Amino acid sequence: MDLSLSDEQKQLQEQAERFVRDKYAFDARRKIAATDRGWLPENWAQFAELGWLGMSFSEDDGGYGGGPIETMIVMEQFGKGLVLEPFLPTVVLGGGMIARSGSKAQKEALLAPMIEGKKQFALAWLERQSRYNLADVSLKATKEGAGWSLSGHKGVVYNAASADHIIVLARTAGSAREPKGLTLFIVDGKAKGLSRRDYPTQDSLRASELTFDKVSVGADAVLGKVDEGFGVVEDGVDRAIVALCAEATGCMDAINAATLEYIKTRKQFGVAIGKFQVLQHRMVDCFTNAQEARSMTLMASLKIDDKDSVVRAKAASGAKVQIGKSGRFCGQSAVQMHGGMGVTDELSVSHYFKRLTMIDLMFGNQQHHLTRYSNLAMAA
Amino acid sequence: MDLAFTPEEQKFADDVRAFVKANLPADVRDKVKNGKHLDRDDYMRWQQALGKKGWLVYTWPRKHGGPGFTPAQRYIFENICAEEYAPGIIPFGTKMVGPVIYTFGSEEQKARYLPAIRESTVWWCQGYSEPGSGSDLASLRTRAEKDDDHYIVNGSKTWNTMGHWADWIFCLVRTDSRSKPQEGISFLLIDMKTPGITVKPIIMADGGHEVNEVFFDNVKVPVANLVGKENEGWTCAKFLLANERLGIAAVPQSKRGVEALKDIARAEQDNGRPLIENQSFAEKIADLEIQVTALEYTELRVLSQMAHGGQPGPEVSGLKIRGSEIQQRLTELTMEAVGEYSAPYLPGLLWQGTNEAPVGPEYAHLAAPRYFNTRKTTIYGGSNEIQKGIISKMVLGL
Repeated sequence: MDLSLSDEQKQLQEQAERFVRDKYAFDARRKIAATDRGWLPENWAQFAELGWLGMSFSEDDGGYGGGPIETMIVMEQFGKGLVLEPFLPTVVLGGGMIARSGSKAQKEALLAPMIEGKKQFALAWLERQSRYNLADVSLKATKEGAGWSLSGHKGVVYNAASADHIIVLARTAGSAREPKGLTLFIVDGKAKGLSRRDYPTQDSLRASELTFDKVSVGADAVLGKVDEGFGVVEDGVDRAIVALCAEATGCMDAINAATLEYIKTRKQFGVAIGKFQVLQHRMVDCFTNAQEARSMTLMASLKIDDKDSVVRAKAASGAKVQIGKSGRFCGQSAVQMHGGMGVTDELSVSHYFKRLTMIDLMFGNQQHHLTRYSNLAMAA
Repeated sequence: MDLAFTPEEQKFADDVRAFVKANLPADVRDKVKNGKHLDRDDYMRWQQALGKKGWLVYTWPRKHGGPGFTPAQRYIFENICAEEYAPGIIPFGTKMVGPVIYTFGSEEQKARYLPAIRESTVWWCQGYSEPGSGSDLASLRTRAEKDDDHYIVNGSKTWNTMGHWADWIFCLVRTDSRSKPQEGISFLLIDMKTPGITVKPIIMADGGHEVNEVFFDNVKVPVANLVGKENEGWTCAKFLLANERLGIAAVPQSKRGVEALKDIARAEQDNGRPLIENQSFAEKIADLEIQVTALEYTELRVLSQMAHGGQPGPEVSGLKIRGSEIQQRLTELTMEAVGEYSAPYLPGLLWQGTNEAPVGPEYAHLAAPRYFNTRKTTIYGGSNEIQKGIISKMVLGL
């Protein structure tokens, strides 16, 4: 048992810290968010050059043999800088699912160029009625010759506008909300019959509503097996959750640091407001919450490769509960302690608060994952 | 980074489990498993078995006669002891005064006191709080006045845990009242059999006798019993409190407690179904289990830093706060699970282990006393408000 970082992992951490320091000062981020894409191709090229796009993939898949700990290290720094480049949808979700379930041809055509920085992905699973049920899918894929025809709607698809390929969860059999009968398709981002409505999100990312009107794909577009896509997407989402938890940990560290600095300098009644016990204790609670978030992120990163699917699911859901709880506490407390300044666009605090808030909603909020964890933990 | 045990760690875990199975008296195990009250002899039999093995002072380094466990070994040892229903080790000798003596004591004091702590032949208790000095410990007023080669001690100490079973007490006493409160305090070791000492029980809300008030009336204590320098006892006091905080999170006990709570929720009925199938109650247990996991991994991160030569980071201060809150939540949910059958109060069964038949299931009568008693955890060892003050000042620099 050893929970310390290796020398290589420490170097990775320093590298990621340096990137955020150099490229993600608050004003620089504002400019990146205002560009057409909402992220910078030169940053993406740097990720490829630094090996970050391939670090968590096996050497057989053209990666560098790392895993969830490497992802955790980088995502945490991304959280500190509120980094906008689509690492989560492209590398963790898309790349991860293709690496675990893709055919040899798919890996060659998609994964290898992704690692080089030449392809981006998006995962389209959510529909208007789905809420957090990954199996609540009504977008239909019907047989069309050797291939398939996809029709229906997908919502809040992060990075869809920049994605070269969109991984779509579609119903090929079974009734509404049935896990069996779902299939994943890899669809060209510019496919005929696919239309998008693009928009920014509350936290300055980019997402889209997608309409599929008889979008044709070949049989080779199926990721994994027909009718058995649910397990793939559930596993992929659990891994994305763990990465998201690391990002949230970084956000919490940053927002707590900003708040601590603020209450040491802001004066009222003739003293720094950090001299008031009621604020001191709230600040300590923020600090403790962030520690717990960090601990649960570490736990989940260590367990997400476990052989037992129940262990993996409990790890992801347990961490997501913690991140939801701690993120809300740190976010709301930071805004409150900043007073009126906390609700302005001018300070970074509101931006971290918005990101932490959206992270809780993503892939199932605190309550959803508490129920999921509970069902898994009480059965044993 | 790897969660798995190394082959050496696995072998150590096997050795610990085999030792506990072979040496923990069956009746003591049964009492711990069923939440029954333990008496002095129960603790002593288990602690002396550990003492013979050299594991009672499992946190001590080799040079002071400890086993020199690595942080991973400590974690394994604590968890297996809890899993096998061993009683908690009484900390006053092993985790409090022992480390103070080997850090600040003279060679004579080390030779005199440490062997008996390692072997658990002497029972120690703590004389810190006073009726007028709780959170503001440094305001303590128990006086020790020098008279030739003795101190004459007068005053009283309170919240003295298990002092009615103790052979010795370590005390903070005032040796100088002219300087700043922290600067006139000394750390004294006192034989409980010395004339002038009276131990008066304090009965707690659960009806139990576990703490006392201790009165000192012209008690003669040899100057040789002073640890460290006169008027520098506050250094020992703070050192001891920091050590106390490390073990206070009680993660292995809380892990065991969550499993016991699940068992109770499986046994209790709710609308004709096991209570554990009630979604809202199940989610309360789940939430607690997640809190315990977070605490466990925080402790593991601290242990990992220590294994690499680092000092425990600021995380350690938060361990006491969260650990104590979790212990309380556990008793709260257990009482909630038991429901109205928490009401019957059976002091004979609870405290004397009589053959009185329980009302309802055996676990039911323990739920409320445990809940009432466990309110102490956020108060003792420096209240959680005091802990937050420490973190605020020492860690956050506020």
